[in-house]
Amino acid sequence: MATEVNTPEFRAVPASAPAGPWREFWSSFAENKGAVAGLATIVIVALVAIFADLIAPYSPIAQFRDSFLVPPFWAEGGSTRFLLGTDDVGRDLLSRLIYGARYSLLIGCIVVTLSLAAGILLGLVAGFFRGITEDLIMRAMDIMLALPALLLAIVIVAILGPSLTNAIMAVAIVVLPHYVRLTRAAVISEITKEYVTASRVSGAGLLRLMFSTVLPNCMAPLIVQATLGFSTAILDAAALGFLGLGAQPPTPEWGSMLAKAREFIQSAWWVVTFPGLAILITVLAFNLAGDGLRDALDPKLKR
Amino acid sequence: MIRFLVTKIALLIPTFVGVTLLTFAMIRLIPGDPILLLAGERGIDPDRYAELRTQYGFDKPLLIQYGNYIVDVLQGDLGRSIVTKKPVLTEFLTLFPATIELSLCAMIFAVLVGLPVGIIAGVRRGTIWDHSVMGVSLTGYSMPIFWWGLLLIILFSVNLGWTPVSGRISLLYYFDSVTGFMLIDSLLSGQEGAFRSAVSHLILPSIVLGTIPLAVIARMTRSSMLEVLNEDYVRTARAKGLPPVRVIGLHALRNALIPVVTVIGLQVGVLLAGAILTETIFSWPGIGKWLIESVHRRDYPALQGGILLVAIVVMLVNLSVDLLYGLINPRIRHRR
Repeated sequence: MATEVNTPEFRAVPASAPAGPWREFWSSFAENKGAVAGLATIVIVALVAIFADLIAPYSPIAQFRDSFLVPPFWAEGGSTRFLLGTDDVGRDLLSRLIYGARYSLLIGCIVVTLSLAAGILLGLVAGFFRGITEDLIMRAMDIMLALPALLLAIVIVAILGPSLTNAIMAVAIVVLPHYVRLTRAAVISEITKEYVTASRVSGAGLLRLMFSTVLPNCMAPLIVQATLGFSTAILDAAALGFLGLGAQPPTPEWGSMLAKAREFIQSAWWVVTFPGLAILITVLAFNLAGDGLRDALDPKLKR
Repeated sequence: MIRFLVTKIALLIPTFVGVTLLTFAMIRLIPGDPILLLAGERGIDPDRYAELRTQYGFDKPLLIQYGNYIVDVLQGDLGRSIVTKKPVLTEFLTLFPATIELSLCAMIFAVLVGLPVGIIAGVRRGTIWDHSVMGVSLTGYSMPIFWWGLLLIILFSVNLGWTPVSGRISLLYYFDSVTGFMLIDSLLSGQEGAFRSAVSHLILPSIVLGTIPLAVIARMTRSSMLEVLNEDYVRTARAKGLPPVRVIGLHALRNALIPVVTVIGLQVGVLLAGAILTETIFSWPGIGKWLIESVHRRDYPALQGGILLVAIVVMLVNLSVDLLYGLINPRIRHRR
């Protein structure tokens, strides 16, 4: 990346080799304790998701007919058989939360991959072809932004029908404009620079210019947006699940676990509390890591 | 200024056309024949079916159907709800004040808390105040508000019994709606305790809906404050010996507020989306709850009309924010 700034600082160890780009990135990222904590949390959630079969005490859909709404082990009436208690049909909450991590991360991955790929493509096209193509693409994005994201997602789910797959599609479409706008803005600012002209003059084709000359220099803001996009995706998909428009029961998705939770606000606080806490922690972790990435990748914002 | 105004309004037209295309397409993309849907589960005989098809214009080419739709929309005819049989526009207008009231209170809460907290964090940069404000606001920003609402209900309504669980006012009070805003109507009714009841019903939903805007406003105020505090004129003001309160309150804050005003305007979309969740949790009879119920009841005309109206509201608010911003900041106004 050509963003390295040469500050007139005196070097403490003059003879040593300059730090590689990864080392430099890491040392700047590691300065931010929140970001490291966020990253660590993401790693833990990912490990939980991967090894869910090994960690979870029970199947997420196994129903224990003798144990409806058992409280967590530290509360009165709870037992260590179900560490975080059970829900209204006797399923172990902890197991459901552990398997739920899979869904949330999967939702995040798919949404970010889809929207990032489509957004980069449309943004590159808009930035390179200007004129009517650009107008058409950007107008379409404006229309999508005219509706609140969640509302647009609801419209899409209403058309496609409620399911986890359709909720993922809906969220991916809804967040698309952000990636398109970012890519286009970055492309437009890069395209006038000398290195692009040089590459063009030396005969690079359009696709080569787009993907291997310009795109790598537009990646920094996109990486940051993609990380933050994980949190938006998880939150929006959970909201759809909560509204009954996302993952359908008995899928242990965290948002849809809360769909019926309102019935239990008087009787079983644990059914309400834990799934939401899982969402909050995961989303917060991605936001912390995303903020840290932005500071590390954008030297202008550095202290 | 006139030119700025005209350009801004002209830019709305393609967006409006786009949104109508979306809502027009929506009803045709939804699986199932719209007329069979209208007829309900009892079914319909073929003659009546053909008649209805002609009546609703489904036999005409798509382009003409769209033209008719636009003409209807511009005349304020958004069709009738399948469930209540009432015009969609009427339903929307009856429910909208509830959503406005909730959103306004949420915004007031967000600004009243977010601004001072952001200023403190900016001025006391790097202190424990700054860190806690930033930490809490990032948590607020990451909050699944539907869960946050349920937690607050468990704590304040169920355990402490301080606030009611749902609705806009206690069932003890009944009066005709004058303005549609419960706070005003309850005062006008003159019934003792009615206003109190309306306020207590508003507190939790406002906090829940205001949480994300609050976090955004606090973060924006802080970073805007930090930027302004580094400016030369602030140094000058300090150098000539003005008291810090005056420097921050008068010189820095006024300039720091410009981006904050824009951010506040941009929160309207966030509020309307959040209203869907908040109203569902608190059984608040507003637009958000109505839209979700329309989805579940498969009341597509209501959904179609509601979506279009919400989009129009968001567009108009964004336009006003743009104009306001152009008014405050001449640089925007004169940029082409």
